[in-house]
Amino acid sequence: MDLKYNASYEAFRQQVVAFLGEHWPAPDSAGDSRAEKEAWFRRQAIAAGYLYRGVPREFGGSEQEPDILKATIIRDEFSKRRAPMEAPGIGNMMLVPTLLECGTQEQKERFIPKTLTGEYHWAQGYSEPNAGSDLASLRTRAELVEGENGPEWSINGQKIWSTLAQFAQYMFVLARTEPEAGKHAGISYLLIDLKNPGITIRPIKQVTGGKEFCEVFFDDARTPADWIVGERGEGWKVSKATLAHERSSIGGAQTAVGLFEKLVELAKGVEYQGVTAIDHPQIRERLVTLEGYVQSHLYSSYRQLSMAAAKQNAGRIGLMNKLINTNIGHMVADIAKDLINDAALLMPPAKGRAEGDEKWLNQFFGSLGVAIAGGTSNIQRNIIAERGFGLPRDDAE
Amino acid sequence: MEFLLSEEQLEIQDTVKRFLDKHCPSTALHSYFDDPAQLPEAIWQGLVEMGVPALIVPEAFGGMGMTLLDLAIIAEVLGQAAAPNPLLGHTLATQALIYAGSPAQQEKWLPKLASGECLASFATAESGNWLAPSLSCVNGNITGQKQHVPHAEHAQLIVVALAGGRYALIEQGATGLEISAENVADRTRPLASLNLNDCPAELLDGDCGNAAEPILNTALVLLAADSFGGAAQCVDMAVDYAKTREQFGQPIGKFQALKHQLANMAVDVEPMRGLYWHAAYAFDQEPETASRQAALAKAHLSDRFLHVARETVQAHGGIGYTWECDAQIFIKRALFNYTFMGNAGLHRKRAADLADW
Repeated sequence: MDLKYNASYEAFRQQVVAFLGEHWPAPDSAGDSRAEKEAWFRRQAIAAGYLYRGVPREFGGSEQEPDILKATIIRDEFSKRRAPMEAPGIGNMMLVPTLLECGTQEQKERFIPKTLTGEYHWAQGYSEPNAGSDLASLRTRAELVEGENGPEWSINGQKIWSTLAQFAQYMFVLARTEPEAGKHAGISYLLIDLKNPGITIRPIKQVTGGKEFCEVFFDDARTPADWIVGERGEGWKVSKATLAHERSSIGGAQTAVGLFEKLVELAKGVEYQGVTAIDHPQIRERLVTLEGYVQSHLYSSYRQLSMAAAKQNAGRIGLMNKLINTNIGHMVADIAKDLINDAALLMPPAKGRAEGDEKWLNQFFGSLGVAIAGGTSNIQRNIIAERGFGLPRDDAE
Repeated sequence: MEFLLSEEQLEIQDTVKRFLDKHCPSTALHSYFDDPAQLPEAIWQGLVEMGVPALIVPEAFGGMGMTLLDLAIIAEVLGQAAAPNPLLGHTLATQALIYAGSPAQQEKWLPKLASGECLASFATAESGNWLAPSLSCVNGNITGQKQHVPHAEHAQLIVVALAGGRYALIEQGATGLEISAENVADRTRPLASLNLNDCPAELLDGDCGNAAEPILNTALVLLAADSFGGAAQCVDMAVDYAKTREQFGQPIGKFQALKHQLANMAVDVEPMRGLYWHAAYAFDQEPETASRQAALAKAHLSDRFLHVARETVQAHGGIGYTWECDAQIFIKRALFNYTFMGNAGLHRKRAADLADW
């Protein structure tokens, strides 16, 4: 057991630090806007082998040998210097890995490079009003019809909870193409240009007042026949290939540590029952109790990271990371609401807009969203019990 | 960067585990539990033969000079089996000699402690006070009371914690030493009170700075490790029971309410292995963080072990409330781990104070 990196990794870290010293902040010649500077920096970082390490060069990635420790060093050093990482969003998180796994050469060439650079924004079309946790019961239909330029899919139905769909150009959609086949076997994975006719996007106002999610309505919306990923009826399997590529737990644990540190800073700056909050025995006890969970999650992630690096299977802990993160978020919210005192009467401000303590209400409400998005906490518990423990599945499934 | 046990560590952990599978299955555990006056001789001899008491003793004194992590991973396995054993008190006495003994005292005692020729224990608690002992040794004699001394009746040597961070040795059979068994709940680690009446004692007079801290941290790390093993076993027991017990014509593990209860238990338990590993690692490699990490680990792991042990009783229904069910032994061990050397409130307060907040 050794929490230090060995000499060759330390040398790699020095290379990353030197690279950042030269390239970030980007020079004025890189462009005028922040977006131009970020795009320039990403190109340099790809050339140096630091971003999109799993994506082949022919599709715009840097095609490096997988090395989870190097990836961790890159993320640590980039975030210390606040340098841009891989372009955020569901396109890079989910679509690119899916296309790499299941897409045609043409689909890869057409979509991956511009998704990497952040030019293409994607929305996810999975959930429906009556297909949430039970996603495979989805009813949006797609049928092949003859269009002006050959065969096309005609899509009819409604999707919901599509994050930032109002700003996206494309969507990946799960639709039922084989109505006679079984629940899972009738689904295909389609891509569609959201500018096409027959598509209505309606943002949903959420509990915080913000609008990060959308309803998307399809009324005979068309997409070319070959914009299908994988075969007809294999969409469920294709969508699972994406899940396997979702980010590992490691980032989650570091986020939890960062959130805990901010909470401690908050406690140092506010009053609680007449004393600085951090000096109050109740607050100290609650913070240390929370820290037990946070540090467990951190060192558990170190263990999982080490096991991944050693090509060992960490077992059922991998099924638990989301719930652990969610639980920590709830505990942070619970303490934060007491620390901010009567600022808890206010609306959470639009993100990044306010300096007041009420900004913690974004974490307070956001922790509720985390508990739902990407599989609710109760669904996570089912998964742990059934896949982790091997308990018998519910008849409803 | 490698936060994993080494091949050798996994091997010794596995050796002890296989030994306990054989010598401390549920039936044997219950017979030990029902006869706490006996030293669990077969288990202790087995640990001695596997070299466990020698692990952390320096090589110069017949030990193996290994780390606290090496010992903590054994404590985990002992906790998993709820094994009756005198290792805790013996180890704390060993640490007292390592950190506070003179070379002559170390030369005399450590080889015997390492070989198991001499079983030792450690006395610190006074009326609920674990961390600030008040007794003193006057003219080679101690007068006063100590409580909660593990396996005191079987120890040939007892290290007594004194005021001012001093320690003294008392040998079994000394005049003025009166030992009375306490009516404890956890009979796998029976405790006794000492009544010392002008009892002859030998001060540890080495030059080892502040020995109290590493001795306390050793106790906290071992209790945290034991708690991880116990809590993990509780989850396994509850899951096994959910698979085999049938009601309403199906295994109860098919009911979502129980699935969720079991999942919540595992979500508490699985990640905390890393916290105790790190506390042991800090003791060995990062002395500046060792005290805080030990306090945090003991508070968190013993607290969660106790919670999960309670849930385990519930998950077993009526049988869980009986003497014959293993769950009753685990919940009592959990209560011991939670309370011994100070409960979670005390160590959370210490962790906050040590955090520079």
